[in-house]
Amino acid sequence: MIDLVDVSKTYSKGQPAVKNANLHIDKGEFVFIVGNSGSGKSTLIKLLLKELDASSGTVMVDGINLRTMKRRQIAKYRRKLGVVFQDFRLLKDRNVYENVAFAQRVIGRPTRVIRKRVPEMLTLVGLAEKYRSRPKELSGGEQQRVALARALVNRPDILLADEPTGNLDPQNAAEIMRLLEEINDRGTTVVVVTHNKEIVNAMKKRVVAMRKGVIISDEQEGEYHYED
Amino acid sequence: MRISTIVYELKQGFKNIARNWMFSLASIVTMAACIFIFGIFYSIVTNVNHIVKGVEEDVPITVLFEENVGDEVIEDVGKRIEARPEVLEIRYVSAEQAWEEFRDQYFGESKDAAEGFQDDNPLANSSNYEVYVKQIEEQSDLVAYIEGLEGVREVRQSERAAKTLGTFNRLVATISISIIVILLIVAIFLISNTVSTGITIRREEIGIMKLIGATDLFVRTPFLLEGIILGLIGAAIPLAVLFVMYNQVITYILKKFQVLDGILQFVPVGQVFQVLLPVSLVLGMGIGFFGSLFTTRKHLKV
Repeated sequence: MIDLVDVSKTYSKGQPAVKNANLHIDKGEFVFIVGNSGSGKSTLIKLLLKELDASSGTVMVDGINLRTMKRRQIAKYRRKLGVVFQDFRLLKDRNVYENVAFAQRVIGRPTRVIRKRVPEMLTLVGLAEKYRSRPKELSGGEQQRVALARALVNRPDILLADEPTGNLDPQNAAEIMRLLEEINDRGTTVVVVTHNKEIVNAMKKRVVAMRKGVIISDEQEGEYHYED
Repeated sequence: MRISTIVYELKQGFKNIARNWMFSLASIVTMAACIFIFGIFYSIVTNVNHIVKGVEEDVPITVLFEENVGDEVIEDVGKRIEARPEVLEIRYVSAEQAWEEFRDQYFGESKDAAEGFQDDNPLANSSNYEVYVKQIEEQSDLVAYIEGLEGVREVRQSERAAKTLGTFNRLVATISISIIVILLIVAIFLISNTVSTGITIRREEIGIMKLIGATDLFVRTPFLLEGIILGLIGAAIPLAVLFVMYNQVITYILKKFQVLDGILQFVPVGQVFQVLLPVSLVLGMGIGFFGSLFTTRKHLKV
């Protein structure tokens, strides 16, 4: 599903953010990418989102080479992905329903589909009753669940989560991880970037560790035991 | 694009305007000023053209012949003039007709005063052609041509009045085009600025849209619609004002300068608006569209 071959990314100044990364992720896998800040894990997500282009190497997702992809194909490619951020990135002027429906609207789904899919997603993340609330009326955990519903409403093949529990207390963080696991059980490939040691160790999933742009280990049912 | 998507995009366009109402208002006001001035100058130019046209049609060139010229020469001159492309109409006036017309015009009701002339036509040798031209600008060339024809003694023309009006018309057109061009540039700049501010306000939302797979067209459309809506509102307001003003101004002019009544024929408001309305709306829409197109191209490369 995801193949990185000798991928490097260097910003205009300084050291490479990602250096000669090689990584293969199968369809339906659940993978943690761990490392401290500056390790290059967020750059990796940006490369997968085609927010950034690799300086060298090949990034293949679902058979598509992201380096040679044309600009007008990017939108279509991104519809294969769901994405969740640490800061939720919800639209503050719209309610929960509209935030989730927004993801369907931007890809031109008809209203009847939106009316069916949005409540389904809100039920999945346990927020069906709060569909009228604005983001500021919700807790951090609830906001992240809305973001998750928005990421999933278009039924993506891959879910990319960049520090999804970074702003949450342990209880809400655990709840989000439970949801991610449930989504993975339904067949979606899940890639979670985090530096939350407790969660990684509790989940017993594949763990890819990075330090200073280099992948230093890749273990099935791994643990987060790397320090700078 | 689906209807529901178009409705959604349209709503977003209106929301952009409302969120950013100060800049939107500035854009509308500038656009309105631009279209208002355009409308005023267009009305003036149309009316001056109409008056000039009247002069062209009403005041002919008079072609007079040398003494004792034969009928064949007069007929030949007539044919030659008629064949010229700039001639709208040609009318032969015999010496008798010329005297009758003069008598009616100058002696009017006191025909007794003209009785003294009896059969002695004081305007013998005044048989002439009255030539009406299509375009007043072509009059000089035609006059030069006719003057060169054999048997022609004199060509009288009303060139001065017509030329003055023609020059005035060109002056009005030049000034109006200059002002309109300047205002159009200001309007494009302001609409572009308004859209640019809207993009800045919605930067986060645009970023999210792009990340979840919105196409460039989807992201751009509300801003393009915003520009078009601003342009249309900016054009509609001055058109409504001009429509109301037009008849009032004409009534005022004719009342204030009663001497002009009957001389000046103004174009009816409906006729002016047949051109002014579509041109202004298209102009407003076009400026709005291109103003925002340039901006979105510049700022929406996410």
